[in-house]
Amino acid sequence: MERFSGLSLLRHAFGGHQGWKPFWREPEPKPAYDAVIVGGGGHGMGAAYYLAKEHGLRNIAVLEKGWLGGGNTGRNTTIIRSNYLFPESAALYNHSVKLWETLSETLNYNTMFSQRGVLMLAHTVHDVQVFKRHVHANRAAGVDNEWLTPAECKAFCPPLNISANIRYPVLGGALQRRGGTARHDAVVWGYARAADAMGVDIIQNCAVTGIRRDASGAVEGVETERGFIRAPKVGVSAAGNTSVVMAMAGLRMPLESFPLQALVSEPVKPDFPCVVMSNTIHAYISQSDKGEMVIGAGTDAYTSYTQRGALHVTSHTLDAICELVPMYRRLRMLRNWGGIVDTTPDRSPIIAKTPVRGLYVNCGWGTGGFKATPGSAHLFAHTIAKDEPHPINAPFSLDRFTTGRFIDEAAAAAVAH
Amino acid sequence: MLLIPCPFCGPRPELEFRYGGQAHIARPENPAALSDEAWAEFLYLRDNTKGVHAERWRHIHGCARFFNMLRDTTTDRILTAYKTGEARPEAV
Repeated sequence: MERFSGLSLLRHAFGGHQGWKPFWREPEPKPAYDAVIVGGGGHGMGAAYYLAKEHGLRNIAVLEKGWLGGGNTGRNTTIIRSNYLFPESAALYNHSVKLWETLSETLNYNTMFSQRGVLMLAHTVHDVQVFKRHVHANRAAGVDNEWLTPAECKAFCPPLNISANIRYPVLGGALQRRGGTARHDAVVWGYARAADAMGVDIIQNCAVTGIRRDASGAVEGVETERGFIRAPKVGVSAAGNTSVVMAMAGLRMPLESFPLQALVSEPVKPDFPCVVMSNTIHAYISQSDKGEMVIGAGTDAYTSYTQRGALHVTSHTLDAICELVPMYRRLRMLRNWGGIVDTTPDRSPIIAKTPVRGLYVNCGWGTGGFKATPGSAHLFAHTIAKDEPHPINAPFSLDRFTTGRFIDEAAAAAVAH
Repeated sequence: MLLIPCPFCGPRPELEFRYGGQAHIARPENPAALSDEAWAEFLYLRDNTKGVHAERWRHIHGCARFFNMLRDTTTDRILTAYKTGEARPEAV
């Protein structure tokens, strides 16, 4: 792997930038691997990277039905934060934020992680009470989060309209200064480049069509569009399609897949200094380094695999943004799209072993999986390599829906449900 | 936005309806006798079908009645709507 640095940039500049090599190989799938990851998004690609780096499993493959990072990794709004209410969630997401902080150096690839702060606005008395509870719970758990008055919100994010005569006036906000954004493509490309350098085979355009199990019920390997691949360990990291893949092994999942929409505006000069989220009025906005306003909308009401949604969902979010930031009323929107998110009944993810020996699953990230990418990948790799969960992801088991030990973050999740 | 054919009111915009999840999930007849696994299956496990999906809808801003509908989740095309209590029709 060529090491990237200022010097390498300079050297390639003298060569007219003609000498850059592809970041990863395009190998033919081998007939057998020690482990196979199904799904080449950030979570799956990252899991392969940590399997190779921390657990010494190098004879592994990532199978991706489309192109790397073309699913939800390329469709989210890149918000990173860890201000969750319950200790289990705060530990999980904070593990991730800590990995984000050193990810660019670790991967020698600029993930453009920017800790510009995530400001969650409160618009009702209920919001104020809930957010203050979050602030206190987070601080007690060692996760940074602080309460801002409306004037302090305005000082931190000047474009905000904090006047009292709007439909949902800003009554304050919870600010996590360590939160921010990262470049979505860079994360999966960085993991892919580093994993490939350690011998991980990245196989794109190779959908899994079946999971073969032996007489004892354990996993034998996966059927793919490019033939059978033998593997004693299969990790499924397939986001919205998890139910479909797990059904190949005969498992029903506590998941439903919904379209979640997002959109971006035309690029404008740097104007919006942080990430602003408002669960109550459904507005999620930040500005990309390209200058586009990146806007998250809500989920559609019904389950779907179409990767698109209805216009009333996005216009609802734009209504809210036009009131919250009136100067964006003349901003034109460039693109909108949908991603398919797999939601669990308690809105917390599942990173776990399954009843099928050799089959592992990382799913249920719902509307907020991007922020967890490094942490999720790291813990999933641990679960696959050791055949038991890491203490951080042990509570995020599949059997919590039988035992009733939910991690019920519904009220804390980014999108109001 | 979906144009949903309510069996009682005819085609109406999606905003008048509330989604009710997977259809044809029968309540347990003897809840006290149910194991934890059976409860989990009834309450939380779903087919999450990629393809033709039978689902409940309620015309909450109309006749307020529940009904069932077949929709292809790969295209969002609605195949047919039918009344609660009727058997699932053959996919068209």
